Amino acid sequence: MTDWNLFFDGWIIAIAATCAVACTLPGCFLVLRRMSLMGDAISHAVLPGIAVGFLLSGSRSNGIMFAGAIIAGFFTAFFSQWLRRFGRVDEGAAMGVVFTTLFALGLLLIVQGADSVDLDPSCVLYGALELAPLDLVTLPFTGGLRVPRAFMMLMIVLLVNLVILISLFKTFRIAAFDPSQAAAQRMRPDLAHHLLMAMTAITTVAAFEAVGSIIVVAMIVVPAVIARLFVHRLGSMLLVAAMVGVAAAAAGHYTAVELPHLVGYGSVPTSGMIAVIGGLMLLASIMVNPRQGVIPRFLRRWRFRMQTTREDLLALAWRLEERGTAPTATILSQDLMSARRVSRLETRWSLRRLVDAGAFESQGETLRLSDSGRRDARDLVRSHRLWEAWLTRTIGLAPDHVHDTAMRLEHVTDEAMRERLASETGAPEEDPHGRSIPD
Amino acid sequence: MSIRTSQPSLGSEHSPDSPLSIHAMTVAYERRPVLWDIDLDITPGSLVGVIGPNGAGKSTLIKAALDLVPKLSGEVQVFGRPYREQRQHVAYVPQRESVDWDFPVTVLDVVCMGLYHTLGLFRPVNRRIRDRGMQALTQVGLSDFANRQIAQLSGGQQQRTFLARALVQDAALHLMDEPFAGVDAATEQTIVSLLRDLQSRGRTTVVIHHDLQTASEYFDHVLLLNTRVVAFGPTKEVFTPENLEATYGGKLTLLDQASQALAGHAQGVGR
Amino acid sequence: MSTQRDIDWNALLEVLVLANWNTRVVVLGVTALGIAGGVVGTFMLLRRRALLGDALSHATLPGIVLAFLVASALGIGGKSHGILLLGALVSGTLGIFAVHWLTSSGRLSEDSALGVVLSTFFGAGAALLGLAQQESSASAAGLETFIYGKTASMLVRDAILIGATSIATVGCCVVFFKELRLICFDPDFARGHGMRTGGYDFLLMSLVMAVVVVGLQAVGLVLVIAILVIPAAAARFWTNMTGRMLLTSGFIGGLGGWLGTMLSALAPGLPAGAMVVLALGGIFLVSLLLGRRRGLLRRIIRLRRRALLMERDHALRAIWECLEQSGTHDCLGSHIGFRRGWATFRTAKRLQHAGLLVVEAVEGGDERISFTPSGEREAASVVRRHRLWEHYLMRRADFDEQHVDRGADDLEHLLPIDLLEELEKELDADTRAMLPSPHSLHPDGPGGGGS
Repeated sequence: MTDWNLFFDGWIIAIAATCAVACTLPGCFLVLRRMSLMGDAISHAVLPGIAVGFLLSGSRSNGIMFAGAIIAGFFTAFFSQWLRRFGRVDEGAAMGVVFTTLFALGLLLIVQGADSVDLDPSCVLYGALELAPLDLVTLPFTGGLRVPRAFMMLMIVLLVNLVILISLFKTFRIAAFDPSQAAAQRMRPDLAHHLLMAMTAITTVAAFEAVGSIIVVAMIVVPAVIARLFVHRLGSMLLVAAMVGVAAAAAGHYTAVELPHLVGYGSVPTSGMIAVIGGLMLLASIMVNPRQGVIPRFLRRWRFRMQTTREDLLALAWRLEERGTAPTATILSQDLMSARRVSRLETRWSLRRLVDAGAFESQGETLRLSDSGRRDARDLVRSHRLWEAWLTRTIGLAPDHVHDTAMRLEHVTDEAMRERLASETGAPEEDPHGRSIPD
Repeated sequence: MSIRTSQPSLGSEHSPDSPLSIHAMTVAYERRPVLWDIDLDITPGSLVGVIGPNGAGKSTLIKAALDLVPKLSGEVQVFGRPYREQRQHVAYVPQRESVDWDFPVTVLDVVCMGLYHTLGLFRPVNRRIRDRGMQALTQVGLSDFANRQIAQLSGGQQQRTFLARALVQDAALHLMDEPFAGVDAATEQTIVSLLRDLQSRGRTTVVIHHDLQTASEYFDHVLLLNTRVVAFGPTKEVFTPENLEATYGGKLTLLDQASQALAGHAQGVGR
Repeated sequence: MSTQRDIDWNALLEVLVLANWNTRVVVLGVTALGIAGGVVGTFMLLRRRALLGDALSHATLPGIVLAFLVASALGIGGKSHGILLLGALVSGTLGIFAVHWLTSSGRLSEDSALGVVLSTFFGAGAALLGLAQQESSASAAGLETFIYGKTASMLVRDAILIGATSIATVGCCVVFFKELRLICFDPDFARGHGMRTGGYDFLLMSLVMAVVVVGLQAVGLVLVIAILVIPAAAARFWTNMTGRMLLTSGFIGGLGGWLGTMLSALAPGLPAGAMVVLALGGIFLVSLLLGRRRGLLRRIIRLRRRALLMERDHALRAIWECLEQSGTHDCLGSHIGFRRGWATFRTAKRLQHAGLLVVEAVEGGDERISFTPSGEREAASVVRRHRLWEHYLMRRADFDEQHVDRGADDLEHLLPIDLLEELEKELDADTRAMLPSPHSLHPDGPGGGGS
């Protein structure tokens, strides 16, 4: 167990979380507009701006450097858009051309001019989140409250983003959803677009300066994508994304400190771990989200398949009894296996579960339908034969052609649908094959 | 109410010489069934128009037949055998918007793509292929445009390029996805006479069509489709106001409801 | 002063003839890398996956660091080059599969998937790098060269590896040229023909992977993206053919590699990786401006030329129709509205210089205008073409009289000239005779005076 320092670790998490939330705001719209990689591009491309700012002023963390980075960020966003529109360059390629060239320029400037000084290109990538709480500034109007500079900076950016978003929420929403309609309604989608680019540039630069670009790239894309899996409204998407961002920041820092101890190392950069945690959260979301998740879908499919098998067995037993044959486990499973592709194991297991649930009463070899079992079975056969009647009469399918369809449909037919089927077919006594439809 | 083909009853027996025979085919995207229990036997040498409202699954019908989208169930046979084994007899004309017309290729290059499968790996496009490509381009009246980049063509000329790519394959069955969409009058006439020509040479063509006005004039068979086959047969018998009402009016809520639930379950996204 | 210059010349010569063994290795290696990147990048651009290389190169980092950690734990020595590259290969491949899994069945859009994979893998790489630095900060420092590249330290075996990979990569692209082009252009059609598009996509990914992995140490993982993206994007300005684009892109990639390493060899302070990318960026800018097919300059010239042509046609038609109505041989400039817009006046002057018009000044600041014989012929053909389109539009496209003039105006200048013959056939028009105007001519000339 590490020694946790409430002041340091608290501030680190607070800074990372503020950064994450500030990034998710433009991030949601970038993801919706399929420009997720803009954050990546800008965070690489700010390097020359920083280098020039640094060379002009000779020190890190000051206004000139920030201004240089912002200019480079804007340039990336707008020049790559311009290349796409007027140069007719593929969107991804346009971004790629601009940011790699600028990054190279930045590297060149740093190597040329900043040899002796401590501007390490690697802090562009992972930042120095761990050292951020050491750099304190006094907040104005608070009676001498001292907070980390990075925190104040990111808080300002977050507030600016929030103000822009809230005041222009309608415009942003329609521009993200349907730019051409937005233009038709004079909602100025281009204004929203430019503002979005500006927000992205400012957020990226501010965040990069405080915490490095990995967090920016991750927090622009990942929380928005996760939120999209769970909610379908823009407002809630922003909210969920922000929460995911905060969670990833906290969990990221915790694992960065604790996890390496398990294998006997000291802590690793928090920024990297936040990105990893974000990715893992997305993986988990894809697996378990209730609507589209891989695991829930698999479970539902499996459950429906088992339900279908049990219901088919019940209906088979009912038909056997209708014909005066006593159903046995052997006859039932053979009949079912000849009717559709199903394994012996699955059939046997389903039969066992039906017996356990009391749908069948076991009498030696014979399996008799119990009262509740017979009720369910009768509903199924009724659905089946009503569907056959309906498909023949209303749709005009040939009578010898409806069995398979009815066999599939009977499993999703409830009482209300049976009533409608009966009324639309005129409540027939017999199905198209001349067998009676049970009540 | 509707007319069915003289289709054999149960089981999977396909009419052996039918150019395209579809049995009990169901296709679903996400939880929405797009095609439901399709049964079809196209008559050899016929010119079939596939007609139905937007979202009726017209394109999906062709794509599923060509294995381009996965089927939930059912099977497709081309001249009595699975499509996999019969690819060389089938030519497909996709929708014009399905490709990037800014792509750096010439018109002739695109047409020659129709013959790549005859070349095999490692062999570059040769003179024989190019000659046949030129022939096909002449057929559609684009021989002067052979060496232009495709971006320089008008919409109708692009469509004719796609047609030439299908013609060059000399296939017995043509499947065309909305060849008449957004073309000029001249191209429409060219396409119609090409279709007639194909038919006179005994080829079978299935065309997705969106224009009810011209459908009865262009096609001798019509397939009215709305998620399922509403009616299929000779145009004179099938193209009736009642059938069109059934296709476009939508009287299928019960089946829709049930099939939607079922398709949802099959993909694990249902209740 | 003069000795200074002598030394410079000597150094330049030395670099140019690759006299220095080290320079020779670096220049040849990076040039080969540029050629391979340009060729493979072309297909990536055409497949609309230009930025896949971005995600992929970032995804190699955790593999590199992990390989380093494993190697030093086993005591093989973390510097072992092959092991690190193997690690890059494995984790890059994982990255590709992750992108593929995320985009398949429409879970995520392509850009989101790339962003997610890029940030997660790179984050993992950064975290692992933290571990590696604790292990032994001296040898771990070498790992950072994979991020920024250290071209100057390229060894002969690196250059040979790059060279061999480039040859294999370019060879694959040439051999499978027609298949790769088809899956880039129309994957559905390819699949319908039984081509295994998945297989070719995988081939393409593997080629990108190969370029990224061998390029990592040469130029670093950010700048290797440039080698995959920029040459192809630049080549698109020069040609409209896939084959030529491939050649151009390979050439640009090679040129950028050569130029960048040469520049860096000339001045010791210039890092070669960055110089290569800057050289490529420069070539891109030149292509953007001067490209033969899509360059801005060419497009501007073409637009300008079309505008001039339209002005000329409008002026000729205005005069012709004015004369047609009045039945005279000359008319006043003010009547046609030449004095109203100064563009039209300039056009008239140009036509006079071209020998199509005779313009004589008359009293009151006006001028008298008449056709020369060649001018009259030219004007007749212009008017005729315009009217053909007007007839066509009214008959075929249900334009009404008020709008047909403008419609024809747009068409006659935008559509290729050879459509005219089809049009004549379509309208069964006599190929010589002048057609009557389908709408009443405004007394001030067509469309109210040179619209």
